[in-house]
Amino acid sequence: MIEAEKLTKYYDKVAAIEDVSFTVDKGEIVGFLGPNGAGKTTTMRILTGFLPPSSGTARVAGYDILADSLQVRRRIGYLPEAVPLYTDMKVATYLEFVAEVKGLERRERRRSVGQIMEKCRIVDVQRMLIGSLSRGYRQRVGIAQALLNNPEVLILDEPTVGLDPKQIIEIRQLIKELSGQSTIILSTHILPEVSMVCQRVIIINDGHIIAVDTPENLTARLQSSAKLLLTVDGPVGQVEEALTQLPGVLRVELNDESRDATVSFVVESERSHDLRREVSRLIVDRGWGLLELRPADMTLEEIFIRLVTEEHQEVQ
Amino acid sequence: MMNVLPIFKKELRSYFASPIAYVVLTIFALLSGYFFYSLLTFFSLNSLQASFNPAFSQGLNASEWIVRPLLRNIAVTMLLLMPAATMRLFSEEKKSGTIELLFTYPIRDWELLLGKFLAALALYASMLGISLLQLLMLRLFAPLEWGPILSGYLGLLLLGMAFLGLGILASSLTENQIVAAVGAFGVLLLLWVIGWSTDAAGPTLGPILSHLSIINHYDSFAKGIIESKDVIFYLNFTILCLFLTLRSMESKRWRG
Repeated sequence: MIEAEKLTKYYDKVAAIEDVSFTVDKGEIVGFLGPNGAGKTTTMRILTGFLPPSSGTARVAGYDILADSLQVRRRIGYLPEAVPLYTDMKVATYLEFVAEVKGLERRERRRSVGQIMEKCRIVDVQRMLIGSLSRGYRQRVGIAQALLNNPEVLILDEPTVGLDPKQIIEIRQLIKELSGQSTIILSTHILPEVSMVCQRVIIINDGHIIAVDTPENLTARLQSSAKLLLTVDGPVGQVEEALTQLPGVLRVELNDESRDATVSFVVESERSHDLRREVSRLIVDRGWGLLELRPADMTLEEIFIRLVTEEHQEVQ
Repeated sequence: MMNVLPIFKKELRSYFASPIAYVVLTIFALLSGYFFYSLLTFFSLNSLQASFNPAFSQGLNASEWIVRPLLRNIAVTMLLLMPAATMRLFSEEKKSGTIELLFTYPIRDWELLLGKFLAALALYASMLGISLLQLLMLRLFAPLEWGPILSGYLGLLLLGMAFLGLGILASSLTENQIVAAVGAFGVLLLLWVIGWSTDAAGPTLGPILSHLSIINHYDSFAKGIIESKDVIFYLNFTILCLFLTLRSMESKRWRG
């Protein structure tokens, strides 16, 4: 349904995203996960046709985003992060305007607006000015306008940001309900959110895609061991034995990079346990030379650390 | 083409949902009412003198003494009021971010622009309507020549379109409404007074400046003459402004 190919966007000379490629299948809910400023919004704006990419291309619902922008725009629904709505319009009037702009027939318009207001539970505020609505209601009006043309692809930029826990649950429920009809991309910087809503996660950081996986696999990766890379000047057998006996160590592996007198190991430990202190003390105490000690393969984990990994109790 | 209508309706609704339409219409009604009143009293004073001294009555008629200066004064008022009517059209959407949604709806840029332009034009037309009411009242007391009045109004309409085009262009260039209004007013005023230096500018530059002057082209309309070169000037000016606005809408996307 969505095929992005090497999307790159420069703002002046700074790359907001670089070589971003991914595909989303029909009916999937895919989460864009990444810290703020990672390039989630830029990617989404490119897919909606609001921003053209500096290079690369994408196809949405079978149409090229540049050559057939209008066809793409007929088939998408978009909720920008800031939920920009006309504050001086009433909810129902606004939705009817959007329905008209999206090309719905007069008779169909009335019916669709009614249905969607019911689906998004905004029927009771339909006569109110959008400017006087609470953040939660405004978000729902935003989602309602995105849904008006029964879009094949729904693009939601941070749909739950700034909401209170109860509203977050409601919005997530709403997104799940929609999953049958549309392919959905949503972005978030909250880790538990993707596991609750999405079937697949694309992790993006500094404009690059770092991992694409199911939430289960990612959580497994996250909760499993942490690895340390260690280079020691000493007898291989003794060092390995001593390391294995350290409390908290799960596994010690000889690294291929060992050469001459120095040996390097990968030491796996439980995630909660930072072993660097113990390992260094052990090696120095035995009189071996500690040449290098650093966490291995941290990129993905660093991302996770920068994400919001926990939510308030009520939401769970 | 179908998509022009919803944008037009939305903009018109938005004019009347905010104070802009009311303020602009009220101020216009006050100003044009005052012009009308003072021109009328001046005219009746002269008529009174003419009744004692027949030499005065030469060329004394309501069309020359009231209608023509009234329309000219209305044109001056528009210099101020048109930028106020157009300043929010794009600036506000850019500032509040609603332009992002608008640009991702399945409408073409020119449909969006035309909808906004026509809404502003409708507001302007209703202002002209108000002033026409005054002339209808005058008709009850004095004979009027309708030919020059109609051509005068056609000239005002064309002049207003040019003003609106420039106002929209200014609005598309900034997200600050004040900047848009002041910018449009400044350029319009400059284009208005540029004709004043015609005589001093010499034989080559002079006619160019005179042709550029946005008000010089109005004069023949006021006399009841519809010249194609003047009609074409205003239409060209408007189309150029709208074309540049389209470019500015596109460049906004490319720059991000």
